Amino acid sequence: MSQFYTSTDHFVLVPAIMLALFGCAVLLFDFFLFPEPRQRKRLVWFLFAGEIFTAAGLWRQQAFLASEGLPEITAFQGTLTVDGFSLFFNWIFVAVSLLVAIVSWRYLEIEGEHHGEYYGLILLAQCGMYFLATGTDLITLFIGLELMALCFYVMVGFLRERKRSNEAAMKYLLLGAFSSGLMVYGFSVMYGLAGSTKLRAVAAAIASRDAWDPVVFLAMATTAVGVLFKVSAAPFHMWAPDAYEGAPTTVTAFLAVGSKAASFAFLMRIFLGPLETARPAWEPLLVLVAVLSLTIGNLAAITQNNVKRLLAYSSISHAGYILLGLIAGNATGLKGMAVYILVYAFMTLGAFLVVVALRRENLIGEDIEDMAGLMHRSPGYAVLMLIFLLSLAGIPPTAGFIGKYYIFLALLETSHYLLAALAALYVAVAIYYYFRIVRSMFISEAVAAPPLESTVGLRVALAVTGVLTLAIGVYPEPFLRLAQTSLVR
Amino acid sequence: MDSVPLSWYLILSAVLFALGVAGFLFRRNLITIFMSIELMLNAVNLSFIAFAYKLNQVDGQIFAFFVMVVAAAEAAVGLAIILTVFKSRPSLAVDEVNTLKY
Repeated sequence: MSQFYTSTDHFVLVPAIMLALFGCAVLLFDFFLFPEPRQRKRLVWFLFAGEIFTAAGLWRQQAFLASEGLPEITAFQGTLTVDGFSLFFNWIFVAVSLLVAIVSWRYLEIEGEHHGEYYGLILLAQCGMYFLATGTDLITLFIGLELMALCFYVMVGFLRERKRSNEAAMKYLLLGAFSSGLMVYGFSVMYGLAGSTKLRAVAAAIASRDAWDPVVFLAMATTAVGVLFKVSAAPFHMWAPDAYEGAPTTVTAFLAVGSKAASFAFLMRIFLGPLETARPAWEPLLVLVAVLSLTIGNLAAITQNNVKRLLAYSSISHAGYILLGLIAGNATGLKGMAVYILVYAFMTLGAFLVVVALRRENLIGEDIEDMAGLMHRSPGYAVLMLIFLLSLAGIPPTAGFIGKYYIFLALLETSHYLLAALAALYVAVAIYYYFRIVRSMFISEAVAAPPLESTVGLRVALAVTGVLTLAIGVYPEPFLRLAQTSLVR
Repeated sequence: MDSVPLSWYLILSAVLFALGVAGFLFRRNLITIFMSIELMLNAVNLSFIAFAYKLNQVDGQIFAFFVMVVAAAEAAVGLAIILTVFKSRPSLAVDEVNTLKY
């Protein structure tokens, strides 16, 4: 029996320890040190401290991998694996959590629900994401997923007095719990096949069987349904529009970006790990899911009047595009997935941040009409929103174009011409509904409305997401190299 | 004397799981739906334990413990959310929880 808790184990676990430690510290200090509601905004500093320590841990892992020239470090007998893939995703999570946190406090004050546990939940959810990106064991992945999901159930229902927020939390909880139930059934079958919960052992067991073996198919199908629920791909997307609309907008942003990126990390670990050899069986299923996601996401978005709901449907269609990269399955496709997830994170976050800025006292500001004449009232926000929307639609020179470019390139390389044509067709549909918002902002008459709330945090976050959305589009080289490192496995 | 074969446990687990799925899909009361999810998780536990027994390992039993922990945490969070929903609405029938749509 090997040593129980080696220094390597500790080295790999440090970021997760920091996230959990500071997450719990926020909960404790909220109760003991800051009984006054006014003082609670100081708790955001705990989150910053936690993220700094987490980033330091990740940085040391990255430096160690680079200096030793190792492809990966495994810990706890193969339960956790730090590699380029996990680091790539963890850096996204750190950036997203920080950006969400700095815009949250003013927003929560306006909503009248400023509580310390909000920051604790962000940190704990990120801890779950860490395990999703790093875990290479069924138990670790399951616990990471549930840790993240449970935090999100609470955060979606954070506005306790609001009917919409309650309802969104309930729908998300029921469908989320149902999907993880399905997924863990698939895990139990995988365990039965392999006699081990390690992904590598499961991969070997599945590889020794036929791709169409009914037992493998059962494991694959139930696991796939669970995972596809989490990435909100159609037909498993029903929760997403409701949860996105009802949740506080800052949480929606975190859910749309953090949870989705983590779920895609999980999806790639599962589908490119144990299920890789069952590709003939899952590829037709995923083609169906991707086409449905593109269709439902893009067509349902056309009629939406609520910006959050519209962005929810758009995020469903983005899930479809990312899945196309997995269907292509060659090196370009996988790189395309990583680039797309990176790009998606910043452009979607930016678009939601503009919606956050529109929330003022006595004005919810979530409808497209609320953006009418934004160009005349606050040109800065209107131009930023335009950049994010262009990027979401995939128009050069923004980041969204780079993401879509690699997905299309991969589809053409692997001769999926029909899929590529269909995906290109839906880009045209997407331009139509994104430009409904643009038209409202730039052409409609300005309505009388109070000026936009603008805090330092919001300005910083918008500047970061805006600059990155443009920078990845104009000068993609370093970001492509970053995505490339995530593939060395 | 033979013991009960593995397949019987697995069939029972699959049947319980299917009942849980059916309950989730067809029941209209929030609490009942929630109980159906618990039934699904327990069916999964049964299959983990059966495999672990057959393979003479503890991994599956450990997984079952984790599933129980998750089920308990989910129940705590879920019942709290159901309570807040109930506070603002007259009943727990899912059809009446319909503020959010198109």
